[in-house]
Amino acid sequence: MEEEIGFTKEHEWVIIKEGLALVGISDFAQNQLGDIVSIELPKIGSKFKYMEAMAIIDSIKASSDIYCPISGEIVELNEDLLEHPEQINQSPYDLGWIVKIKPLNFKENIKEFTDLMSKEQYDKYVGEIE
Amino acid sequence: MKLIFEYEEQTTGYLPDEDIQIDLPKEIIRKELPLPNVSEISTVRHYINLSKKNFAVDVGFYPLGSCTMKYNPKINEDLARLEGLRDLHPLSPDDCVQGALQLMWELEQDLMEITGMDSFSLQPAAGAQGELLGIMITKAYFKQNNEKRTKILIPDSAHGTNPASAAMCRCETITIPSDSRGNMDIDKFKQSLTPDVGLVMLTNPNTLGLFEENILEISNLARNNGTLMYCDGANMNALLGITRPRDQGFDMIHLNLHKTFSTPHGGGGPGAGPLGVQSFLSDYLPTPRIIKQNNKYILDYNKRKSVGRIRSFNGNFSVLVRAYSYIKSWGTDIRKVSEHAVLNANYLLTLLKDVYELSFDRTCAHEFVLSSNKFGNRSAMNIAKRLLDYGFHPPTVYFPLIVREALMIEPTETESKETLDRFVMALRSIADEIKENPIVVKDAPHTTSIGRLDEVAAARRPNLRWVIPSRPGDENNRDLKFQKPDKQ
Repeated sequence: MEEEIGFTKEHEWVIIKEGLALVGISDFAQNQLGDIVSIELPKIGSKFKYMEAMAIIDSIKASSDIYCPISGEIVELNEDLLEHPEQINQSPYDLGWIVKIKPLNFKENIKEFTDLMSKEQYDKYVGEIE
Repeated sequence: MKLIFEYEEQTTGYLPDEDIQIDLPKEIIRKELPLPNVSEISTVRHYINLSKKNFAVDVGFYPLGSCTMKYNPKINEDLARLEGLRDLHPLSPDDCVQGALQLMWELEQDLMEITGMDSFSLQPAAGAQGELLGIMITKAYFKQNNEKRTKILIPDSAHGTNPASAAMCRCETITIPSDSRGNMDIDKFKQSLTPDVGLVMLTNPNTLGLFEENILEISNLARNNGTLMYCDGANMNALLGITRPRDQGFDMIHLNLHKTFSTPHGGGGPGAGPLGVQSFLSDYLPTPRIIKQNNKYILDYNKRKSVGRIRSFNGNFSVLVRAYSYIKSWGTDIRKVSEHAVLNANYLLTLLKDVYELSFDRTCAHEFVLSSNKFGNRSAMNIAKRLLDYGFHPPTVYFPLIVREALMIEPTETESKETLDRFVMALRSIADEIKENPIVVKDAPHTTSIGRLDEVAAARRPNLRWVIPSRPGDENNRDLKFQKPDKQ
């Protein structure tokens, strides 16, 4: 978590690494969902707009959409999750990463980046809804 | 407990001698068949003991929200078992089954009177199939009118079947958030009501057990936009004889006979989800339609606009008989059903809202949603499991999704004050236990034959079928080989 991490209001996290956006869900989100049973991943090459549903997580509580935090194209998937979705519960910020997105156009996406909450802002946000 | 296949006395493979002429090649007739072969008394004991492990509304209080697990009066069973109804063949000529057709026709009339709709189809075998049919009719209607409307507006409190039905018909779901009173957010609704919206799907009262306060404004806005209104009738138990969905502006409604009209519920069916529509949509209903002509009931297949058949014959007939029995037993007093259901729910809500949180502090309809969020993450599941130790079926948990740690409670009208008081005591006592002895709640249930299940394993690696234990000589038996155990 050395690179700067940003969060959405829908509890996705984003880390920008080598021009790609690494995306997962927060520790708070995985805790709220409970034990994760399966994940439905998007196809490589598919494109999503900002906050469009791109993946589905099934937990013992509910089925939940994962939203696309940065408009762009899916370039890599964490296919380990198909066999071991519990990695999202165990290691939400590391082994539990979900997709890598290539942002479509950094200049157009700039607001999406600046709108992300910092770790401190996100902790405060979670504290308010707790 | 053993499975029926596992009793020692079984002689698997025993088949009686052929006593009829079978015109089949010898090589495809089995000589052995792995069926259980158990004496009568062992069979009776097996199933009685199995039933004792089950929890049913005939065993105890079953406040499973959104499911209306009401008592099923036994007179319904008497009627459904009448030989003339029970032994009917579905392909009998109309002339020979006038009584059955009359029963279905009259049931349609009663459902029309209760909802205000102009015609009903009894075909859908479940609520979700009623929804599917409703959306198919919506599409057929707009196609006929040369309109392209593919969007469906659904509030975020809706049953998951609503967007699922929309997706099955290749329609796009637009989710409308709820407001601070638990109604659909009217401003967001107005913004989303564009000319390409074909349908609004609402549950009224909604899954929070709250009557949609803006229903007339919503249906007027929809009508002025040329959009149809669909009512998910799952919560009709709150409205019988009090208000009709048509008067609220709905064009279509499905009813869950297995909820509101006391036909058996659970175990996967059979259910019934008849769809009622206003007259301008009647021609799209599935065929055959039951019509009355010169005091005779006939099945009419001649409907060119019909979306076609969606279920074999006329749905689950024996379920229809039970619902008919229920409605006729109540007659014009049917309003009392809803009055008592609403009274019971508000009684529970009043006695529980100081211990558990109420997200929307309003008078509820036939059910209400509490939150156990203040007792911590995953507390709703723990409370549900602990209720089993008190002899109650748990309420629905984690639904609707918009309430955290949701406990959705629906007592139904058939429960006595004594039962409701015991349930209140149990839930209040569990709240105390969480503070004083949390481990007893976290490890519950303690009194059931099986404790806390591994729900992840149950979902990911379900063990769905019995596998014959291997015995000497099995490897030579071709008929047994097809049931090899899964690697998992």
